[in-house]
Amino acid sequence: MSAERDLRAVARAERDRIRSERLRQLRRNPAFVVGAVILGIWVVCALIGEFVVPHEPALVDILSTNKGPSSEHWFGTDVVGRDVFSRVIVGARPVLVMAFLATVIGTVLGTVIGLVAGYFKGWADVIIMRILDAISALPVLVIALLALAAVGGSSQPVTILIIGFVFTPIIARTVRAAVLPEAELDYVAAARLRTERAPHILAVEILPNVLPPIIVEFTVRLGYAVFAIATLGFLGVGVQLGSPNWGSQVAENYGRIFADNWWSTTFPAGAIATLAIAINLVADGIVESFEQ
Amino acid sequence: MSAPTLELRDLSVAYRVRGIDRQVLRGVSLAIQPGEAYGLVGESGCGKSTAAYAAMRYLPRNGAITGGSILFEGRDISAVPEAEIRELRRAAISMVYQNPIAALNPTIRVGEQVAESFALLGNGRSESRRLAVEALRRVQIADPSKVMDRYPHQLSGGMAQRVVIAMALASSPRLLVLDEPTTGLDATVEAEVLDLLRSLIAESNTSILFISHNLGVIRAMCNRVGVLYAGALVEEGATATIIQRPSHPYTVGLMRCIPRGGLDKYDSHLDTIPGTPPPLGTPLPGCVFVNRCAIARESCATAPTPVTDLGNGHTTRCPYHAEAASMPRVVASEPVTASDEHRAERGRDLVTVAHLSKTFAQGDGDVRVLSDVTLSLRHGETLGLVGESGSGKTTLAKTLLGIHPPDDGSILAIDGKALGSTIDDRTAHEVASIQIVFQNPDSALNRRHSVTRIVARAVQKLAGATPQASEERAQSLLDSMSVDPVLHSARPGQLSGGLKQRVAIARAFAGSPRVVVCDEPTSALDVSVQANILNLLADLQARENVSYIFISHDLGVVRYLSDRIAVMYLGRIMEIGPAQDVFDGPHHPYTEALVSSIPDVDGETRVRVRLGGEVPSPAAPPTGCVLHPRCPRRIGSGVEDLCTSTEPPLREIGPGHAIRCHLDVGQLGSASRAATA
Repeated sequence: MSAERDLRAVARAERDRIRSERLRQLRRNPAFVVGAVILGIWVVCALIGEFVVPHEPALVDILSTNKGPSSEHWFGTDVVGRDVFSRVIVGARPVLVMAFLATVIGTVLGTVIGLVAGYFKGWADVIIMRILDAISALPVLVIALLALAAVGGSSQPVTILIIGFVFTPIIARTVRAAVLPEAELDYVAAARLRTERAPHILAVEILPNVLPPIIVEFTVRLGYAVFAIATLGFLGVGVQLGSPNWGSQVAENYGRIFADNWWSTTFPAGAIATLAIAINLVADGIVESFEQ
Repeated sequence: MSAPTLELRDLSVAYRVRGIDRQVLRGVSLAIQPGEAYGLVGESGCGKSTAAYAAMRYLPRNGAITGGSILFEGRDISAVPEAEIRELRRAAISMVYQNPIAALNPTIRVGEQVAESFALLGNGRSESRRLAVEALRRVQIADPSKVMDRYPHQLSGGMAQRVVIAMALASSPRLLVLDEPTTGLDATVEAEVLDLLRSLIAESNTSILFISHNLGVIRAMCNRVGVLYAGALVEEGATATIIQRPSHPYTVGLMRCIPRGGLDKYDSHLDTIPGTPPPLGTPLPGCVFVNRCAIARESCATAPTPVTDLGNGHTTRCPYHAEAASMPRVVASEPVTASDEHRAERGRDLVTVAHLSKTFAQGDGDVRVLSDVTLSLRHGETLGLVGESGSGKTTLAKTLLGIHPPDDGSILAIDGKALGSTIDDRTAHEVASIQIVFQNPDSALNRRHSVTRIVARAVQKLAGATPQASEERAQSLLDSMSVDPVLHSARPGQLSGGLKQRVAIARAFAGSPRVVVCDEPTSALDVSVQANILNLLADLQARENVSYIFISHDLGVVRYLSDRIAVMYLGRIMEIGPAQDVFDGPHHPYTEALVSSIPDVDGETRVRVRLGGEVPSPAAPPTGCVLHPRCPRRIGSGVEDLCTSTEPPLREIGPGHAIRCHLDVGQLGSASRAATA
């Protein structure tokens, strides 16, 4: 029994070695490191930001509106006197949570559809892919606006679903392309030759072998999701109104950007940009590490 | 005497991997005289290709010459500037690679690519084109001006290799490096390319460095041969001498691994070389072969082994060369024997295939890949399937396995019970009873699953065992395949090719199969590993009384393992019979051509029987006998018209021996007759 445990340990050590090899490679990639650090900061803000901010983010103080950055208000105050720094920190949570959930939905749906289309081929493939082509011809913002208008404008779950839905065809196509050559390999025939059913072949045999492109696509999509959510917030839909949301913050303040208040717009805009860039840097690093 | 065309003097090459220099060539010295063809043999990873690239100073970026020198026509080129090397490659040295299709640019017409090699020599545009047509004619391409207009993917492998050879010869090089030039080609095409190379070399004074793992090919092509092992040249001499009187334990072992001279499993097990080659870059202060040598002394591990001259240019690096030829076998030579109980069952039919056809819909036409195949497989026997690529061997096997359904009207039965046409129509027991060992274990084993998991899952599904019991059974199956328990939890990627194939065999045997299809199971393996796998397959057959359908292009291997052989061409069985009868003849003209095209290790001279032209497309098979446009014996047979109009039936010409041919037995060729003539 202990001998067996030893063997298991050897195997696990080997797997860890391969994994740590990839991590070491990532750590040596400066772009990935910068991206991961920025992303890490925003994740921390999303997790504990509301407990550590210096001011109540929603507190309106009409006595100190449009105040420039100072030791009291690091990023200044906005048009109704709310602390911009606190609002930027707290604003990380809705963007990250929504982007993450939307991307997860898109990835899961897309992976299932891509596996089925790539494995069964034939008519199933043709029909699925034509439907996906039709969906991906629709621009994300237009569908989101229409759907949100239909349900009343500020439903976060609907926004998440819409973005996930729009991502589905893109991920499905990536997964299908990876499955096509994989399904021709003899281990799939070998699985059929031990009477495995299609769901087992897809989930247990093929899926682990197509994970790398799925992980890459997930990270890339996450970046797009951040952008889409920020844009919807700017347009005043898809997020809870009045909540500390980066897109809404830009929308509420950008009219004064050239007058007396550049900070209330610039800092939340900068937050969007740094998060999007950070995710893209991480995605690039992961793509590279899988390519080698 | 003039300087040798190429001389390597004590050449050492290292590859830098993760900051550490790993020795790939260890003091290799050899010389190739003008007009000489020098062969370099050895198993994968021994440094053959590195030696070839080093000869052209064409090493990968992390490779460097760490010692010794390369002399081209007496001039040291190991340190001359890159520009001069390029000039040499342009005008004096050429290379032909293993995969001709990959060596040609897929987006440029063949003619332009051939003409470019002439333009590089300073010829004008129209002159280059004229020379290109000429060059293609020289490599025996029938319609050169038409081939000039084609793209590489429109050429067959053999044709593409001729084009590459034409380009390599454009500069009339003084040195031609050939790296496994015929490895991917069918036997008949290989024979033609080798014939072509031989005649081209005879015309010129070009020196050849010929790299191959196939000793038969080397024997057919080269005057002298060097044997590489772990980056060191362990033996060198005239080709015939090395093959008949090898004097290094490695060469002796290599020669014993190869099934040749009509050897079969009832004569003897194959001998093997124990252990595995040292990993790349292992420091080896003494003899490089010491860890696997049966006659090694203690001193061999530490003391360097100097070159011993045995006369007539035969040198060996083994100080105990006198004992090499008689060194003890690793595997006892006893024949493979089945138990009496199993032997009683032999001769009875297990699988019946009748009127089996398979048509694939392709674009707007149908392609009939199998046409009316009828054969039987008996208990405990091996049926060898041979034929060129596209003959339908693999389709036959896959149809039998139920991977794709046969056409209506086909009959498949095991033990007298009809088999469902696909896996989904068969019971788990029926599926378990017919299994396969695939050609490429990298593709056949899921690289994300552990070895135990791969085998245990097969046991669970095919033998209907609980997960717990399956795992135990998988461990014992793997043990019986000699897979070390330490490796049971490893992933396939961590195993060598031979071990992966053992895992694949263990999986095929998970549900106690009655029939195992072996689809070229050893073609990706080195000969010493191949010998191990063949022994294992033969022993498993004797123990389990399983029947094999053994597909291979290597006729020596097929002959070793097969009781009966079926020869296929364009989806039809052209000949079927006991292995000995099929090989010795009288045989079908197609079999005759196939057998005569194999370059023989023992250098037995055979009358080459050539097939004209190329394999026709199965979408438009010729009328009458499908072989008639290429048949070497049709003209002058007196039944030419019958051959072109009527498909001959499979007709019995001896006990259990049938051929699909209109000719009289007396008109057919036979290997035994040719040898005595």
